[in-house]
Amino acid sequence: MSLESPLGRVRGLGTAKEGTGHFWHQRLTAIALIPLTFLFVVIVFAFIGADHADAVALMGNPLVATVMLLFLIVGFYHMKLGMQVVIEDYISHEGVKIAALLCVTFGGFTLATASIFAVLKLALGG
Amino acid sequence: MTQRERPMSPHLMIYRPQLTSILSIIHRGTGVGLAVGTLFITWWLVAAAMGPGPYEATRELYGSWIGLLVLFGFSVCLFYHLCNGVRHLLWDMGYLFEIEQVNASGWVMLCASAILTLVAWSIGMSL
Repeated sequence: MSLESPLGRVRGLGTAKEGTGHFWHQRLTAIALIPLTFLFVVIVFAFIGADHADAVALMGNPLVATVMLLFLIVGFYHMKLGMQVVIEDYISHEGVKIAALLCVTFGGFTLATASIFAVLKLALGG
Repeated sequence: MTQRERPMSPHLMIYRPQLTSILSIIHRGTGVGLAVGTLFITWWLVAAAMGPGPYEATRELYGSWIGLLVLFGFSVCLFYHLCNGVRHLLWDMGYLFEIEQVNASGWVMLCASAILTLVAWSIGMSL
C-alpha cells in the first residue's frame, strides 16, 4: 500500500519536494558545457598576447561575447550544483553544512555577476 | 543496558585502491579545483573591465611562472573533468557498465585528457 496521495504521485517530487530537478540540471549543463568548454579554450588562445585594446575588440565580437556569457552562466550553475553535492556528501555537521552551502551559493552568484558584468562592459566598448 | 559490540562495515581505507574509485574521487577533486579556478577567471575579466592598468598587471601575473603553474593545474582539471564527465554521461545513458569497459574507458579517458592538455599547451605556447 502506498501512503502517497494520488496528487503527490502525479507530481513525482518525492519527500525532498524537488524530484529529479537537481540531477537533471547537472546533466543538462554538463552536455552544454562540452562544446562551450572547447570554445572557451579557443577564446583564451585568442586573448594570448592581446593588449587591452585588443581585448576590448575581441570581446566586442558578438560571437565571442555570446560564447563567454553562455560559458559563464552555464558553468557557474554547474559549479553550484556540483559543489552542493560535494558539501552535502562530506560535511555531516548540520550548521557547518548550511554555512558552506550559503558560501558556495552566495560566492558563486557574486563571481558570476561580476564576471558577466565585466564581459558585458568589455563587449559594449570597455 | 550494555551496548553490544556490533560489527563495523569495512572502512574505505581498508580496500585496495582501484582505478574506478581513484578516478571517481579525482573527478570530484578536479570539480572543486575548477570551482576555485572560477576566482581566477573572474579576476581576469574584472581586471580587463577595470581598464588597461589592472589588465596589464593581471597579464603579467598570469604570465609569470607561478601564474602559468596555476593555469596548467586549471587546464588539467578542466580537461580531466570534461573527459570523465563524458564518461559519466555515457553511464547515465546506460552504456559501459561492465567492469572491463569501466576500466578501459578509464584509461581512454586518462589518455584523452592528457592529450588534450598537451595539445592545448603546445598551441598556447606557440601563440
